[in-house]
Amino acid sequence: MRIRVDPDKCQGHARCYALVPELFSVDDYGLSSVVGDGSVPHQLEDKARLAVANCPEYAIEEVTD
Amino acid sequence: MARRTAPVDDWSRDFDVLDAGYIENPFTIWDELRQTCPIAHTDRRGSTWLPTRYEDITAMAHDIESFSSLEVGVIAVEGEEPEENLLPYGLPPISVDPPVHTWTRRLLLPWFSHRRVESYEAMTRDLCVGLVDSFLANGHADAAENYAQQIPVRVIAHILGVPADLADTFTGWVRDFLEFADDEERRMKAAEGLFTYFVAELASRREHPGTDLLSELLRAEEGGAPVEDSIILGMAGLVLVAGVDTTWSAIGSSLWHLATHEADRERLAAEPELLPVAIEELLRAYSPVTMARLVTADVDFKGCPMKAGDKLLMSFPAANRDPAVFADADRVILDRQHNRHVAFGSGIHRCAGSNLARMELKVALQEWLRRIPEFRLAEGAEVMWAGGQVRGPRVLPVVFS
Repeated sequence: MRIRVDPDKCQGHARCYALVPELFSVDDYGLSSVVGDGSVPHQLEDKARLAVANCPEYAIEEVTD
Repeated sequence: MARRTAPVDDWSRDFDVLDAGYIENPFTIWDELRQTCPIAHTDRRGSTWLPTRYEDITAMAHDIESFSSLEVGVIAVEGEEPEENLLPYGLPPISVDPPVHTWTRRLLLPWFSHRRVESYEAMTRDLCVGLVDSFLANGHADAAENYAQQIPVRVIAHILGVPADLADTFTGWVRDFLEFADDEERRMKAAEGLFTYFVAELASRREHPGTDLLSELLRAEEGGAPVEDSIILGMAGLVLVAGVDTTWSAIGSSLWHLATHEADRERLAAEPELLPVAIEELLRAYSPVTMARLVTADVDFKGCPMKAGDKLLMSFPAANRDPAVFADADRVILDRQHNRHVAFGSGIHRCAGSNLARMELKVALQEWLRRIPEFRLAEGAEVMWAGGQVRGPRVLPVVFS
């Protein structure tokens, strides 16, 4: 599983970081990006889905290769 | 708070957000409006629209061309306002559109970043521990007045670099400014007090600069020039006005929920690791803040003939109870997984202090539940809710063993 944050949609709510700090980092303005290339370790897949389903701006999506 | 408002017969055409029944229980009114007339209208306090569906509210929040932030106060105030002369931009960035919004927001956001907010956590925790210590032995407390209300104002005072012993004065100003905004005299007096205070603080920071937000704003530049005093004053005012009773309302509503829902209280006390997800659910179910917008030009929005100058009430709390988006929307599900709530707004005006609010809510609930895992409403307790711009309990008597 791989995820990405759309920088055009992200408004810095940082809900993803609050819920799953293992997978996201946020800058001083709240804008979020994925850690590394966005690959999600198997044991964190449920938490990645939680982040996707909690983003109020629909900015996080699962990448299908 | 005894307000006199004419009774409402038809919520779709004559709603009143200051109606006592609406303040106490807006949920059933929103449910009915969503099904019958999802964008309600009133002529009370000027022509105003009230969308109740998530889809409409988030679309409007993103349409900053049609719906301006030049007027964000839910309660329109007639007559001359002292802050208008002093503050031509209001309280930026909340009260402006781009481009002023863009650069004032950039100045403010780093003060509320995750990193900064972590540095405020220890003092917030000490504060909460001290408050619980002050009433624990009594076996009872007013969870709103003795606890929730005391927390955010002191954290904000710390960030602004102003003395925490003025907390009660600040709280009074903020309540008069937001909660009693329909009392013109009270609101004007509060605005005057607040801004006279910050004018003096600004002068003293010029003489003796520190490392607080006010001092940093005095050092900041925009387009090669120092930031105008009126903008700095507005930003300082915003941090105080928006950072105090909003978060205290969220803490109070969460404690009200736990005091009245035994199973949820027991679960949260037993499973503290659930807190991050539970906090989002409590924020969804009891979102405190409604913001207004100004219609910039005549527009037909889903059949509603909106006129330039009309007001729009962005009821984020109503959006968050929309069953089209949230299954079982009126029920608190502490471990709700799908939760794209907009308690902190949506789009470019997303609450700048959301990280801070979330930290304060987390620490306040942790420290309360750690020491007072069992509590309930006091026998015969009369809970008093405030509403309008910010909804939350103002009197919340609880007992514990």
